[in-house]
Parts: sequence; structure tokens; C-alpha cells
Amino acid sequence: MPIESVYPRLEPLLPRVRKPIAYVGGEVNSVVKDWDATDVRWALLYPDAYEVGLPNQGVQILYEILNEQDGVLAERTYSVWPDMEDLLREHGIPQFTVDGHRPVGAFDVLGVSFSTELGYTNLLTALDLAGIPLHSADRGGRDGDPADGPWYPLVIAGGHAAFNPEPIAGFLDGVVLGDGEQAVLKITEQIRAWKQAGRPGGRDGLLRTLAARCDVYVPGFYDVTYLPDGRIARTVPNGRGIPPVVAKHTVMDLDEWQYPRKPIVPVAETVHERYSVEIFRGCTRGCRFCQAGMITRPVRERSITTVGQMVADGVRATGFGEVGLLSLSSADHSEINEIAKDLADAYEGTNTGLSLPSTRVDAFNITLADELARNGRRSGLTFAPEGGSERMRQVINKMVTEEDLIRTVTTAYASGWRQVKLYFMCGLPTETDEDVLAIAELARKVIQAGREVTGRRDIRCTVSIGGFVPKPHTPFQWAAQCPHEVVDARLRKLGAALRANPAYGRAIGFRYHDGQPSVVEGLLSRGDRRVGQVIEAVWRDGGRFDGWSEHFSFDRWVACADQALAGEPVDLDWYTTRERDEDEVLPWGHLDAGLDPDWLWQDWQEALSGRGEVEDCRWSACYDCGVCPSMGTEIQTGPTGERLPAGTKLLPVLSVS
Amino acid sequence: MTAQQSAQKNRPTGPAPAPAVQQLLVRYAKRGRMRFASHRDVGRAFERAVRQAGLPMAHSAGFSPHPKISYASGTPTGVSSEAEYLTLLLTVATDPAGLRPVLDRALPDGIDVIEVVEDSGGSLNGRLMVSEWLVQLPGVTPDAATAAARAFLDASEVPVERLTNKGIRRFDARAAVLTLDVSPCPGAQPDHACAMIRMVVRHTEPAVRPEDVLNGLLPGGTAALSSAPAVTRVAQGVLGPEAGSREVVAPVPATVLPAVVTPDKVNVP
Repeated sequence: MPIESVYPRLEPLLPRVRKPIAYVGGEVNSVVKDWDATDVRWALLYPDAYEVGLPNQGVQILYEILNEQDGVLAERTYSVWPDMEDLLREHGIPQFTVDGHRPVGAFDVLGVSFSTELGYTNLLTALDLAGIPLHSADRGGRDGDPADGPWYPLVIAGGHAAFNPEPIAGFLDGVVLGDGEQAVLKITEQIRAWKQAGRPGGRDGLLRTLAARCDVYVPGFYDVTYLPDGRIARTVPNGRGIPPVVAKHTVMDLDEWQYPRKPIVPVAETVHERYSVEIFRGCTRGCRFCQAGMITRPVRERSITTVGQMVADGVRATGFGEVGLLSLSSADHSEINEIAKDLADAYEGTNTGLSLPSTRVDAFNITLADELARNGRRSGLTFAPEGGSERMRQVINKMVTEEDLIRTVTTAYASGWRQVKLYFMCGLPTETDEDVLAIAELARKVIQAGREVTGRRDIRCTVSIGGFVPKPHTPFQWAAQCPHEVVDARLRKLGAALRANPAYGRAIGFRYHDGQPSVVEGLLSRGDRRVGQVIEAVWRDGGRFDGWSEHFSFDRWVACADQALAGEPVDLDWYTTRERDEDEVLPWGHLDAGLDPDWLWQDWQEALSGRGEVEDCRWSACYDCGVCPSMGTEIQTGPTGERLPAGTKLLPVLSVS
Repeated sequence: MTAQQSAQKNRPTGPAPAPAVQQLLVRYAKRGRMRFASHRDVGRAFERAVRQAGLPMAHSAGFSPHPKISYASGTPTGVSSEAEYLTLLLTVATDPAGLRPVLDRALPDGIDVIEVVEDSGGSLNGRLMVSEWLVQLPGVTPDAATAAARAFLDASEVPVERLTNKGIRRFDARAAVLTLDVSPCPGAQPDHACAMIRMVVRHTEPAVRPEDVLNGLLPGGTAALSSAPAVTRVAQGVLGPEAGSREVVAPVPATVLPAVVTPDKVNVP
């Protein structure tokens, strides 16, 4: 049965909303397939505004992989702004995809990518607008009867935040941990087989198959019990054939998975306008605060030739003028200098800029600086020492010396950059006022050294601060989060210290956010299933777009947490500022990122005692984090010794008549 | 270090950008759903399209070189157009006719390149003095629209207001309007009132947009309409050479443009 586009009903409303272009689709490289020529259909939701969601690599990759398959269709949907939400409700128009403007409720699967926990309330808006019951338990099919009521899409979450999906467990049918490339294809295969077999067991039967054969975590198949003091007693399967622990997915040969090849080129302005290629996935630097580095192990590099091919194809398919070499620490690629040099050679004279969004201070060097600057463009350089004092950097295992940092930044200034951004965190475990005030001293030294090496006074450095939030699957998962009042007070002192010396005042910029949103992020990061009631209460009270300061309301979260947790022995502080013991059952304890809990605990103890620097296992001995043996994976790095072919212009040149 | 050395240091090293040898004039349309693209959105789409199409673009100098594209002022977001203009500066002389389909393919459907011709140069705005607009007003009878148009043309001044980024702006909508012709919307159902207004409006400062004219013409303005009016710019250029001409003559020969633009087809996505 064909599914009709809602566009004719939507179009008359578009002149009445802000940013109508975000809802019309039709972008270069977008795909609209014939509904009836496909039998497995995915809607992919990024639960934030179009301008943020569109460049998301995860969604772009899965969109392309799924649409490449015969008989499979994938369309994108994003969170609508409140003005559009009101109009959709007023006119009875459901949540729709921007590709075919098809109702999300008509798809087989709604895949949701969570980069951050602050998208949880937006998930509820999308479900509600789609006509999908908020609670998975209300979506039918539990008793295995395929004829019990309408079909609702399976709501399956992925992304980094999904490594602790417990706060939204009640709203999800399934969760995929880790890399999605192969997982979405396996799930697609099972859905097709289930449909062809006459939908045995209904919704419940399909979910059991996905749990048993595709390593999909189905929260409804697990029961959580609690101790009288509020801590979790245990999380156990409630049926046969359900594994007690669910492992993450890992794609091992990234050279075989060259996506995105043809990323979508937005017409609307979005947060990143560039062709991005992951040059490697995973990170073993061992920064203790970094969830991404812990859950994406091991390091798997793309070879220089694959990177070159992907960049050539991607630039040709999009027309982007900037190429981003993405990873968690891009300068750590075993052949980064060769990649940067060969790409700069290939793009000489084409006004194509290269950027390295995550660059470690100690891995940046003069070769990279020159290559990045060669084609004229100097996009922003950001370095992240994270901790202001040497002691703080030891605690978080980000071993950058002050000399390293100053040498690196002056290299950048000497190579023509006038502005460098330095990123730090505030609220780290064991942090004192002195650790934060050390940031001001560091910034002054950077400017002073920069002025000396360039002979100029117009160089600038911007100090940018984020609030630290302890994350699951990291050595800091047991830590007490720093109260927001303490973070705010330290930032005020830092601001005063930065302004204190007029000789540097204007050369140093200072950017920070207040500490309150971090508390909510902390609640959602390390929360358990009881936090779901708080999220729902906030959403029912009008909470939307919590990642946007103009929409976020701390007071609403506090009030709703008080009200929703009134009957429980736990509260907002219990989830955030409370330190956990080694023997506490953590909400994500049954979800396996491969990390050995004993190693994580030992690393946490070493952080507290200030000893035990952990070196990167790419270059030194294995430190037994546990990932490779438990997941059956291994580090894949070069060097390959290969180079990109010389003298090739990777941009097409129009034949001239 | 001398001031001169210091100034030089702030410039990118390497050769100066290649000089432009050819200027092309591009006429393009903004159709269907792409009418919701803002002027900036269209600009970015063209910047990427000239790269994707491999055009030998001239670039500005400096640390952030940009392809040399000059845009005439665009239609407001939400308004369609069959007559938008921009110029491109190229470093290698290129056949304009062969370039049209290449550029068009690199743009999203709905931002459509109609014609590319070699251009003698000079500013675009001096050659784009008037526009012809087609407006469809659902829910308004042709008789009512005719009476309103007559009253508008008879007035010496029609003050209107528009909300801009700088607050509410008041100005006269009458003086810029050269013609207003009313007819029934082509293809409208007999039981659905729908008036079509063809208007020729001079480019002035502040710009008088079709919406401003409608706000001065309709009781209650466009806000009182049951649904938003469909507006299309069908031509842009200068007035014809004869004295008193109200014909809009395009700066590009309109050989590719369909003879008649059917308004009800213009806004279908």
C-alpha cells in the first residue's frame, strides 16, 4: 500500500515557521525510494534540530548503507522546533521524514542516534507526534499475537549516549551498542525473514530474534530490582534465551566500510559544512574522563589510500570546500603527516581547506601546521589540555606538559594562525580552585610566548570551558559530580584572574557555560530506569531541546525530579554528586563495552592517588583494559608505507571547449 | 620589523589568485520547495555547485578565498522566481551554453539554471530596475481584487508597515507600483474564489515587495487570507524602450524560458 506524502498538508504551514528550509528535504545526494518496491523500511531520527542533526556522521553513514541495499529504504527525520510542533498538532500532521515526507509511524524501524543525553525529551516529542505510544510496553505484541492492534515501528537507539540507555529504557524497544554499520544490516535481514515467515510471535517474537541473533539489547527482557537504600540489587533477564550481558558491536576493517561516500549536502545552513572522513575509530590514549575513548576501542585506522579515495569521492560528490579529518585524536594517525601533505599536494590551487577537528597538543607539529595552512585557509585550531594544572592533567591521564603546550601553540602562531582555542574542563575529580586558576597563568604564558615568536601583538587565545560530567564505562563512573555552585564559583574566580592583567586582557577570550545543565546531563548519563519518570514529567511540562540554553530550564528539571522521585529513596543529588563504591551494581553493568571493571576501578584508584600514568597501548605495552580479548578485536594501525599518487588533481576540471 | 613587513606577513604566501578573463551572466529559478531557501542558502548552494561542476572560478585573495560570484538582490524566503540573476568570474574562457547543464546538475532540484550567457561586465543592479510578479490569492474573488487594485492605483500614497530585524518600518508602497492587472487564477475550480494579480514594480529603496503591495491593497492585509498567497517573480530587468512601456525586458535573452509560466505549476514541489 503506498504511503502518502504529508507535504501537501505541510506546505501551507511552512511560511508560518522559522527556518522552513529545514523541513523540505530535496538536498543534493538525498534519496527517495519507491515505498512499495521495498520491504524493510527505516526512519532515522537525530533528536535535535535539522541544522545540528544533518551533518551527523552516524546518521549519514547508516542512511547510505541502508539505501544501497535492494529492497531497503531509509529516510531521515529530525526534531521539529516548537513553532512547527504546535502547527503539526493543530493540523493533525504526524512526525514526518524530510526525504519522502512520509509519516514516521508507517516505517518498520525508528532508529534514533543519541550523541548526547540532552536529546531524550526530543525523543518523546517525536514519538508522540508520530502517534507511537511513549512506552514500549504499550506498543502491543507482548503476548505474541500478530493481530493485536496496529503496528508501531520498533524504536531502536544507538550512539554514544546509548551505552547507558537505562533512563530511556521504558521508551525503547531495542538498543544497539557500538558501531552500527553491520548491525543495521543484520537487523534488516532478520526483519525481512520475520516478515516473510508471516511475522511469527508478533512484535515480541521479532524482538526475541533480534536479542538472540543480532546482539540487540531489549530493555523489556530484563528486570531491575532495588535495595532498600535505593541502589540496584540486580538486573537480570526475565525470559529464556536472553543473554545476561549484551556486548557492543565492533566493525573491524574500516577500509571495507568507506562511508559516507555521497553525504547529503544541505541547502540550509548547518553546524558543519565540510566533507568529513573518519581517519580512524577508537582511541587508546586513556584519558579517564573520556567516554568516547573508552567505548570505541580498539583503534582501527583507515589506510592513507582509503582516506585519499574517500576524500576524492566525497569532495566530488558534494562540492564542499573543506575536508575534515575526523577521529578522537586525529594527529595520532600513524601516517597523519603523509595524509596531510599528500592531500595538500592534491588540492593545491583548488581552495580546499583541510581541518583536524581534534588535535592533541603533543601530536601537533610544524609539518601538520604547514600542510593545513597551505591552501590558503586556516580554519580554527583547538587544543584541549583539559586540565589547567600539571597535577590535574595527571589525575585525568592527559599527560601534556606546559612546555609541550606552549611550544605547540607558538608553532601555530608562527605558522600564521592568529587565533587558537584552548579547551579545559571544570569540576574534575579532586579539583581545587588552584587547579582552575592555573588556566589563567597558562593562557598568559601562551600569549607571551606567541608575542615573542611572532613579534606581533594581535594574536589571541580563547579559553573555553566545559563542565565535567562523569560518564558510564569510564574510570570516573564512580566519581561524585562537582556541584554546580562550586563549578560556577571557580569559573567566576577564573574570569576575574583572566581580566586581572590589562596587558593580556584583550588577547585572551573566555567562554564558558554555567554549571546547571551539567547536573541534568549527569542525571541522564548515570541514571537508571527510575529517571525515565523524570524525563517524562519534564517533557509533559513542556521540556524540549535541552541542549539549547534558550530552551533549557534547570528549575523545571529540579521540580520534576522532586515530584517524580518523591516515592523513591533517591533524588537528583543521589544520582549526581554521590560517589559510588566498587561493589555498587551500576545501571549499565549488564552492558558490555569490553572494559574490565577491575581495570576501570584500579585506574580510578590510580587517578585519586595521582600515580600511575597510563601510556597509549598503540605505542607501548597492553595495559589490560580488557577490550581486545573480550571482544575478539585488535589494534589496527599503520604505517602502510603507501602514498597518494603524485600529481593527481583530485577535483574534476571541467573540459573547456 | 617595519610596518610594511608586518602588513606583508599578514597575507597568505604563494602566488596571487589567477586573474578573471570572462564574466558570465546566469539566470536561474527558485521553484517549488526550494522557494523556502534564503538568499544565503542559495549562495552557498552555488558556491558548492561551481566547485562540484569544476568551473575554473576566479577567487578572492586573502586567507579565506571565495569564488567570485555576484548576486543580484534575491526574492524573499518563501517566494518563487523564474528570474534570478548572478554573475560568475572565470579564469579560463568557457562555453556558456555547455556550462549550463553542468552547473544545473550540481544544484538541488528547484534551484534550476535557466540560461548562461557571456556578459560584458558591469554591475547587475544597474540592469535590474523592475520586476514582474504573479500573485495568486486563494479565497479572493477577481471582482474584489479588481476593486482593491483600482483603489490602490487611484491613491497617491499607500503607507504600509513591515517587521524587519530593526523593528517595524513604515514606507509608501504605491509609488513603486507601475501596473496591477487582475484575472482569475488559471485552472481554479469554479466554486473556489481565486484572483491572480500581475504586477510590475520598480526596484526602490526600501524595496517594495509583492507582500507590501498586498498589505496595502487587501483589507486586513495578507494575514487575513485563508492561506498564504503564492508569489512568483516571472521577469526582472528594465522597462521596454518605447515611451511609457510597462514591458519588463530581461538582461538575458529568454530563449530557454517556457513561453507561458503556468502559475499553478510553479509552486508544486
